[in-house]
Amino acid sequence: MNKSPVISVRNLSISFGRTTVVHDLNFDIAPGSTLALVGESGSGKSVTSLAIMGLLPERIGRAKGSIALEGRELLTLSEPSMQKVRGGRVSMIFQEPMTSLNPVQRVGDQLAEVIRIHKGLRGAALKEAVLDMLRKVRIPDPEVRMHQYPHTFSGGMRQRVMIAMALACNPALIIADEPTTALDVTVQAQTLALLKDLQRETQTAVLFITHDMGVVAEVADNVLVMRRGREIESGTVHEVFSAPKDAYTRSLIEAAPSLVGKFAETRTPPQPVQGVPVSYAGDAPVLEVNDLTVRFPVRSGFFGRLTGMVHAVEHASFAIGKGETLGLVGESGSGKSTIGKAIINLAPIDSGEVRVSGQRVDYGDPQSLARMRRDVQMIFQDPFGSLDTRQTIGSAIMEPMLVHGLAKRAEAFEKMQWLMERVGLDPARATSLPHEFSGGQRQRICIARALAMSPKLIIADEAVSALDVAIKGQIIDLMIDLQKEFDVSYLFISHDMAAVERICDRVAVMYFGEIVEIGKTEDVIGHPGHDYTRRLLSAIPITHPDQRGKRPLPSVDLTKPRSPIKPLEYRAPPPSWSMASEGHFIRSAS
Amino acid sequence: MLPFLIKRLGFAALTLFCVLTLVFLIVRILPGDPALVILGDQASPASIAALHKRLGLDQPVLVQYGQFLLQAVQGNLGNSMVTGRPVSEEILAVLPYTMELTIAALILGVLLGVPAGVWAAVKRNRLPDYVLRFISLLGLSLPAFVAAIILLMVFAIQLRWFPVISAGTGETIADRLRQMALPTIALALIMMTYITRVTRSAMLEVLSQDFVRTARAKGASPATVVWKHALGNCLIPITTVVGLYLGILIGNSVLTEIVFSRPGLGKLILTALTQRDYTLLQGMIVVYTLMVVVVNLLTDLTYGILDPRVQYK
Repeated sequence: MNKSPVISVRNLSISFGRTTVVHDLNFDIAPGSTLALVGESGSGKSVTSLAIMGLLPERIGRAKGSIALEGRELLTLSEPSMQKVRGGRVSMIFQEPMTSLNPVQRVGDQLAEVIRIHKGLRGAALKEAVLDMLRKVRIPDPEVRMHQYPHTFSGGMRQRVMIAMALACNPALIIADEPTTALDVTVQAQTLALLKDLQRETQTAVLFITHDMGVVAEVADNVLVMRRGREIESGTVHEVFSAPKDAYTRSLIEAAPSLVGKFAETRTPPQPVQGVPVSYAGDAPVLEVNDLTVRFPVRSGFFGRLTGMVHAVEHASFAIGKGETLGLVGESGSGKSTIGKAIINLAPIDSGEVRVSGQRVDYGDPQSLARMRRDVQMIFQDPFGSLDTRQTIGSAIMEPMLVHGLAKRAEAFEKMQWLMERVGLDPARATSLPHEFSGGQRQRICIARALAMSPKLIIADEAVSALDVAIKGQIIDLMIDLQKEFDVSYLFISHDMAAVERICDRVAVMYFGEIVEIGKTEDVIGHPGHDYTRRLLSAIPITHPDQRGKRPLPSVDLTKPRSPIKPLEYRAPPPSWSMASEGHFIRSAS
Repeated sequence: MLPFLIKRLGFAALTLFCVLTLVFLIVRILPGDPALVILGDQASPASIAALHKRLGLDQPVLVQYGQFLLQAVQGNLGNSMVTGRPVSEEILAVLPYTMELTIAALILGVLLGVPAGVWAAVKRNRLPDYVLRFISLLGLSLPAFVAAIILLMVFAIQLRWFPVISAGTGETIADRLRQMALPTIALALIMMTYITRVTRSAMLEVLSQDFVRTARAKGASPATVVWKHALGNCLIPITTVVGLYLGILIGNSVLTEIVFSRPGLGKLILTALTQRDYTLLQGMIVVYTLMVVVVNLLTDLTYGILDPRVQYK
């Protein structure tokens, strides 16, 4: 390294009480370069960043060794001097854009605070500085937006505000702690590109914390892989990706989405077709959704007048065959979760019908609803929130069987024990409470609970999105195995294209409440026909740093952003479809 | 916003109607003939009948009820059975004293309780936290009049800093405040214990949230983080408790006013009870209800100012 490093960490050990969580860590970051700190949750990477910021929990957390920022030792710095460093010389972008901003303070004021503290600006100059930063991170209408509260911003916009805050005082080092994990792929790609642009301009050093090797391949100059608080491998990004020394690093690289090179341009020009195409595997569909529309009213003004409707789902039609998996993909707000909710009566259906095993579900009839609830089970995203914290897991798995009167207590108990074994849990732990299990194990419990009803269809709403890469792979494998054994169908709702590619037979792509493309997984991913599908696919991170710049960057939609909120009198133009190959249909741009 | 207001005002009217009915029934079920109370045990049957007629007690109950509702809607709560003066006049004469006391206690309680709660949360599981938690537990378990009597004995009788009788009739403002001081402190101490507890628990939750970490990562001073970012997000639970407690406070003021021989609703309701002054009693309960309903509505509207995410539907 020819330039002196911005930050130099030597023999850093961090302990909480008597447990040491980080052992003997060493690294340097040069100006303008990016070090990726990689590892699964609990590997000590976030704790390391908190130690640099001096934000370890008071009285419990202790850091030993040396952290030198621009030659100045941070670990022995007094709290008032540390306050000048925080936000001034080192700033941080956190994982959760939804909760990292103060909900009761205007966005502009929150951004102004950091500038006022470190640059001492006041009045008009301060306002101009805030506007300038908001423009830099490309917030539309900054003059209006600065006076609004965070809840009116989307996740991607909030993360851009966080980036603006981090960059506002020209820090020497930015710590980005999983800054894009909570974002959609398209938003992730835009956010990463923005961060890179701004870094190039300011020559800031970046410590990038992530578990996603795709993101590492995209942004890092150097990589440090951590496991259980220790460094297990480090080097330049090319060294680590081309010749990983450790088996753990290899498994992380393999777990990253691997779609690059799989997609080509459409083979044959699609032929226009008449009517709504519906297809499925096998003889009879397990689930049919015909022309489903879900709208939510928008009321506004002092009188609360009905001024429009959110078109959450518009005329969606699809079917799933026995033992088949259909993926429903799209960014957040595209209506994919709403479809799942509407099927199990958690969202109001405006028009259209749902058929389970050929029988129409009558949402006004308790008997029909009970039948549907037996045949259709759901697995949710958050394995921590979807289990009752005071109910033993055995009881949680047995409850649906008992509620629906499918089994007597003894039978239910036997089946519960058997199911726990099937999903890879020790039946002896049936009397344990949910908090004694890890995230992956809890998701296994949820799967066992869903299977207890011998359902025909399981709706998995982002079921693996909250899990670590390695665990995610295990759960997907488990779902595939169980599908073969029980011949159950899945509706797999996800924004994670790699997971979708692995588990789904067919994929439907959703964009602003409409299905824009549907077909076999290899057709849709290999030969995407719709513009939006292409944008979605090109936003997926690369798998090797050599591929940088070789893929078209997802163009930011320059046309006026579409809004799902439509005026009351709005009538959608009738959709027109074309067929690219057998069972692969593409909606024409309207 | 408007549909919300209309709905809430409708609920308020319904609450008042229920209370009016309940009050009417309860007073009539209570034992004891008011005529006997007014005229004494030795009264002749003729004079009792005459008085019944004058008070309207000879009418069928349903007629009495209809009359009562009709008059109440017009703001006429009837005449006191004892003094003969309009009930509304009797109440309005003493209402300012109770309002003065309640509001002063409220302000003092918030000024003491919120900082105490914040301090306890920041110093969690250290000495200040333990001390404040002990004090607030003590305050919760101590009846209002006990605190009042202790204050009276120490500061009025032993130390003679404040007058024993708080007549509420001082010439200067300083004089009035001096008279109000002890009853206000007695009420505010209990208010404070509630606010301390709710502030502490709300702060503990907020302090562990992501945006507090963001504020610290910005380089904001600990004071800014605690008072601006964290406390700003605790105001809703605090407001809820203040609103709820305001109702209790009005009730508590009854005993406090008696201990300090202070004019106010408390003294008035005691008089009405001992004299079986049905109409005055009815009127007072209606006024109490009205105050609680108004306070609740104001609390709900305050939420919208404190938290931009609150939407009225």
